[in-house]
Amino acid sequence: MTELAIRAEGLAKSYGEVRALCGIDLEVPTGTILGLLGPNGAGKTTAVRILATLLRPDAGTATVGGFDVVGQADELRRHIGLAGQYAAVDETLTGLENLEMVGRLYHRKVKASRERARELLERFELTDAGGRPVKTYSGGMRRRLDLAAALVANPPIIFLDEPTTGLDPRSRRGMWDTIAERVASGTTLLLTTQYLEEADALADEIAVIDHGSVIASGTSDELKQQVGGERIELTLVDREHTAVAAAALGELSEESPVADAAAGRVVLPTRDGARMLAETVRRLDHAGVSISDLALRKPTLDDVFLKLTGHEAEVAPDSGDAAEEVAA
Amino acid sequence: MTSRLYWMVADGWTITRFNLIGATRVPELLVFLTIQPILFVLLFVYVFGGAIQTPGFDYVDFLIPGIIVQTVTFNGITTGVGLAEDLGKGVIDRFRSLPMARSAVLAGRTAADMVRNVLTIALMLAVGFIVGFSFNAGVLEIVAGLAVMLLFGLAFSWIAALIGLSVPSAEVAQSAGFIWLFPLTFASSAFVPVATMPAVVQAFAEINPVTKTVDAVRHLFLGAPYPDAVWQSVLWSVALIAIFAPLATAKYRRTSSR
Repeated sequence: MTELAIRAEGLAKSYGEVRALCGIDLEVPTGTILGLLGPNGAGKTTAVRILATLLRPDAGTATVGGFDVVGQADELRRHIGLAGQYAAVDETLTGLENLEMVGRLYHRKVKASRERARELLERFELTDAGGRPVKTYSGGMRRRLDLAAALVANPPIIFLDEPTTGLDPRSRRGMWDTIAERVASGTTLLLTTQYLEEADALADEIAVIDHGSVIASGTSDELKQQVGGERIELTLVDREHTAVAAAALGELSEESPVADAAAGRVVLPTRDGARMLAETVRRLDHAGVSISDLALRKPTLDDVFLKLTGHEAEVAPDSGDAAEEVAA
Repeated sequence: MTSRLYWMVADGWTITRFNLIGATRVPELLVFLTIQPILFVLLFVYVFGGAIQTPGFDYVDFLIPGIIVQTVTFNGITTGVGLAEDLGKGVIDRFRSLPMARSAVLAGRTAADMVRNVLTIALMLAVGFIVGFSFNAGVLEIVAGLAVMLLFGLAFSWIAALIGLSVPSAEVAQSAGFIWLFPLTFASSAFVPVATMPAVVQAFAEINPVTKTVDAVRHLFLGAPYPDAVWQSVLWSVALIAIFAPLATAKYRRTSSR
């Protein structure tokens, strides 16, 4: 039996008329990473806020590290670290001062706080910038500092609310490495994200959340099996060749290709797209079919939603998360 | 319980300390906070002063306590704006997720703003001396007068803290913090003798805590005959803090930055 670091049952929260969470259950075994995946406005941030004791649930119960989020909030806070959607650091203070202050507020001694701050700056490659006020930092540097602040007390449980939203793709990948290497080892992590790719790269388990409810959960592979994994999409120069192309690709993948003769398109579901791409081209060439477009597509959040809910991931304009956005 | 009290003070001090360190990096703020009151001093002394009769005082002596008290109430707004900014940036969320005393962020910030008020008062007194202000009191009275003003400023910081935590943005905190202070500080004895006002305004001005505080400072700095104003002002300040500190702290506990 595995121990649960985070356990939530029937958590519900409304902001006035808007139901941000409609009773969700979550279980995160100690030492694992749960990715909470959903579009803006799904209720991800609300869930994190309740678990981090920032918000009281209207209904339901939750324990984090064995402590009740409502009844034992003071004790619970000693065991968590939180890094938010917006880099929650003081811009007028230096990186070192920010981390030192957080250390003091975790009730560490002055010297220990400073040492820990230095250590974290080094670990997050901010040593050179450590003496500069944060307002001179780039977006990626602020996120790293924010993340470092969440680790000051070495908490066993960490919440990361959309750690890469708003970062450019390169910084995003850098952040993934940072999280995977420096945050994840041994700690329990609850991470919210809008990107399937991100959840895929970091999480052991994924819970898909929409309109305040968990609509699917499982490992990344299990989820992809439900949604369909990668697929090769090709558009033919000549629509007449659709059937020929589909036949040529017939036994290439475990699943059969789907042909759309009217559009001159063939979609081939696949598990190992990159390797299969070359073979696809070879076979088509052999069959004498010319193509005008060829793409390897990975499933996105939209695909997951389309499959699971029948609608695209949408942001309800005035949903609870408009509030969430301003909020976090 | 003792450890609880210890951490209330220790955490509050941590916030105060880092807040002041941050403040030294934006000296512009102190400068701009002080330019307006200095302009007011010059305008009132050299533009309106000649037309205002203040029996028993030179106008500049009459004015300086009034204008410093007004400035100190205005400075409280910084507390509210700062908190609204922190709320918007998620800094308050971080603090609320830490195992620190629930009162520390507000207590630490209002204390830091009180330190800032010390600087503002010193600067304004310096300007006052240049335009001809002088004390007519002993050191003890002067110190007591300063304390009365700082306490009053602290009370307004707590009011602004509640406003800052209740409004959606720093901009709103700025105007919501400001707008009601204009009538409050002008319909008082700060700039003109209350006796010259129409009956209704006069009735308001006489119970106005700003009047009480200005009169108290005039009593302590200049020997004006309002000894009762001193305890009345202190009572006002203590009462305002007793009401608004718990309200603001309760708001902070519940506030889920929206």
